[in-house]
Amino acid sequence: MALAQADVLAGLKEIVEEVAGIPAASIEMGKNFTEDLEVDSLSMVEVVVAAEERFGVKIPDEAVTDLVTVGDAVNFIVNAAK
Amino acid sequence: MSARRVVVTGLGATTPLGGDVGTTWSALLAGTSGVRLLTEDWAQTIPVHFAARVAVEPSEQMERVEIRRLDRSEQFAVIASREAWKDAGSPEMDKERLGVVIASGIGGVTTLLDQYDILREKGARLVSPHTVPMLMPNGPAANVGLELQAKAGVHTPVSACASGAEAIGYALEMIRNNRADVVVSGGVEAAIHPMPMSGFAAMKALSTRNDDPARASRPYDLNRDGFVLGEGGGVLVLEEYEHARARGARIYCEIIGQGLSSDGYHIAAPDPDGAGVQRALKFALRDAGITTKDIVHLNAHATSTPAGDIAEANALRAALGADADHVAVSATKSMTGHLLGGAGAIESVFIVKALQERLAPPTINIDDLDPAVTVDVVRDKPRTLPTGDIAALNDSFGFGGHNVVLVFKSI
Repeated sequence: MALAQADVLAGLKEIVEEVAGIPAASIEMGKNFTEDLEVDSLSMVEVVVAAEERFGVKIPDEAVTDLVTVGDAVNFIVNAAK
Repeated sequence: MSARRVVVTGLGATTPLGGDVGTTWSALLAGTSGVRLLTEDWAQTIPVHFAARVAVEPSEQMERVEIRRLDRSEQFAVIASREAWKDAGSPEMDKERLGVVIASGIGGVTTLLDQYDILREKGARLVSPHTVPMLMPNGPAANVGLELQAKAGVHTPVSACASGAEAIGYALEMIRNNRADVVVSGGVEAAIHPMPMSGFAAMKALSTRNDDPARASRPYDLNRDGFVLGEGGGVLVLEEYEHARARGARIYCEIIGQGLSSDGYHIAAPDPDGAGVQRALKFALRDAGITTKDIVHLNAHATSTPAGDIAEANALRAALGADADHVAVSATKSMTGHLLGGAGAIESVFIVKALQERLAPPTINIDDLDPAVTVDVVRDKPRTLPTGDIAALNDSFGFGGHNVVLVFKSI
């Protein structure tokens, strides 16, 4: 099932707000999870599991290390859902 | 060893009587019970339907994202430490001279059990990545150490219900031994959950006075039938005397000694002769360099169990002799319930307040004083303590036969 990039970004914003307490309005494609959004390695696991549940995709552990920015995660999820 | 004196410069607490030290102390002096019926569905499925939950939920005192990443016991530690640190004037200092010693009897037991439920119901993938940092017993100390950037050492002594007192004693030694100038010390517990409560109930350790929870914790009363589980925590900022003076800190009192011993008697039952308690008290007085004549107040362990209260009272009478006649004994668990690893810590906070205000808090719920009690119990109303130099004791005991006595002195 194809997912629109805007929908994935909106969903991911909600997840990051829930996990890291960062207001959704300040979350953008270019933001770095660790440096900008206080998502440490443990919280990243939470973000990944929540995203998998929400978007019905699989995000393998080896792919997670490449998800540096919110945009990386959005694009990965959009591609995985194609 | 150089004689480095140690004083108390900050206090913090979150208890069944209040979300901070001030409200807790006022409620304590007013003789208020913090024990209530539990509203959770599970409460009716176990033998004991009540406990002493904190008066103010952590969600009202910290950010949502902090709540998510911290076990309840860690939340209590962080909340009480923030208050204590601020109360101490948030000292500007070399963080390599700052330590943290915060104990817990059981650690993150609710996290462990809740995550086990998730594992069974939803599988390993949904077990939180925060599980281990949340369930480890050193988690409360570690989180406070992280927040304050303490680098002299972060420690967690574990000795069941003596843990909180042992932590304060450990902190005292860290400063005396010149490992640190300031140590944030105390104890916390968050174990109100059907599993540990069922375990305590199976031991017949808990009161089952389900029809009258506020009257269930009744140390020294003839009809006491067990302790009431409480939650929360207390924190004291201990500081080397000259360090405190140099920065113009407000000094509450001095902590002048500790005594430790073990029973070698039974894994859970108190030694009826209280020999271990007497030895701990004797060691504490020797360490403090005072005699029984100097003691005017004692915050007793007195949990409201039939055997424990008498064993302790007998031991105190034997150790203090005739001087027990001028020691005002308060059993504050009658109001707070038993905070297990947090007990020795909140009771030390109460001693510091008692020395500051020269008021021994009351013991409530004594309808018929057990005639076997041979100490002078402060009943129903606070009692004024003498003027001049006075000393007070906190004694704490834990399953396993651990005995800890702390000595505080007015300044």
